[in-house]
Amino acid sequence: MSASQSFVARTGSLFHRYANPGRFLRLGTRLQPWLTWPALFFTLAGLGWGLFYAPADWQQGDSVRIMYVHVPAAILASSGYAALAVCGLLSLVWRHPLADLAAVEIGPVGACITALCLATGSLWGKPMWGTWWVWDARLTSVLVLFFLYLGHIALIRAFDDPQRGYRAAAILALAGAVDLPIIKFSVQWWNTLHQPDSITLTGAPTMSSSMLWPLGLSMLGISLGFAAIVVARLRAAVMESRVRSLLSSTRRRGENA
Amino acid sequence: MTHLPYILASYGLFAGLAGILAIGAALRLKAARTKLATLENSALRRSGAPTSQ
Repeated sequence: MSASQSFVARTGSLFHRYANPGRFLRLGTRLQPWLTWPALFFTLAGLGWGLFYAPADWQQGDSVRIMYVHVPAAILASSGYAALAVCGLLSLVWRHPLADLAAVEIGPVGACITALCLATGSLWGKPMWGTWWVWDARLTSVLVLFFLYLGHIALIRAFDDPQRGYRAAAILALAGAVDLPIIKFSVQWWNTLHQPDSITLTGAPTMSSSMLWPLGLSMLGISLGFAAIVVARLRAAVMESRVRSLLSSTRRRGENA
Repeated sequence: MTHLPYILASYGLFAGLAGILAIGAALRLKAARTKLATLENSALRRSGAPTSQ
């Protein structure tokens, strides 16, 4: 066995440890309160701080407060799609059964958060730019991301055989991941109306700490909330799949009797 | 506060969307848990094992 094959096999066995639905349900049940309650606390703290106590911007006035919703939504829109692409990879390479279910559940939540990002961006753009929408590279690439989410949701349910739907959606998720660096670097590659990033991994933030702290808290809270909703939906999906298999085995037993 | 309608609309949209997603997930989880418990109990009863009820 070559080094790359053994790496694939080792990684596959690591992922398959968590492919067991019963094990996932136990893990999900334990994880759920640790995601839900901190999500609620940090979101309320971050948004409350941003809305009532953080200072207004000297140029944007109070409309800067929209940032405390818009920025977490924008980051989660991209991260959610990256998670979808990872699920696609796990599904195509290792045939991980939970990856397919996770992709089904992440898609609608990701589409909602991307719609929220676009809507709050428009609500900020109208008073600041004087328009709801421009065909700017950043805005257009995020709109493409929203359509990718819708395409994924439609494709995964488009086949009578669910396995074919999972496979097609996984390919779309992987191909659509090309949009993620375009979104990230659009403000550098093109001359856009959208401002460049205020927070980067490599440089110091170009934002006052009085705004950075509430933004960090709302980012943390909304991210935990996203994870809590996905875990709850995934737990429900696993239970629904067990219900379906129990019902079909009961039906088979009734037919044989 | 300047631009109040835009700010309220943004926060309102967030609250509405988060509420719908969270309540939807909680209701779906509750329904699935109830249905699974009912089916597992009836399967256990059929097999003759003691049930939790």
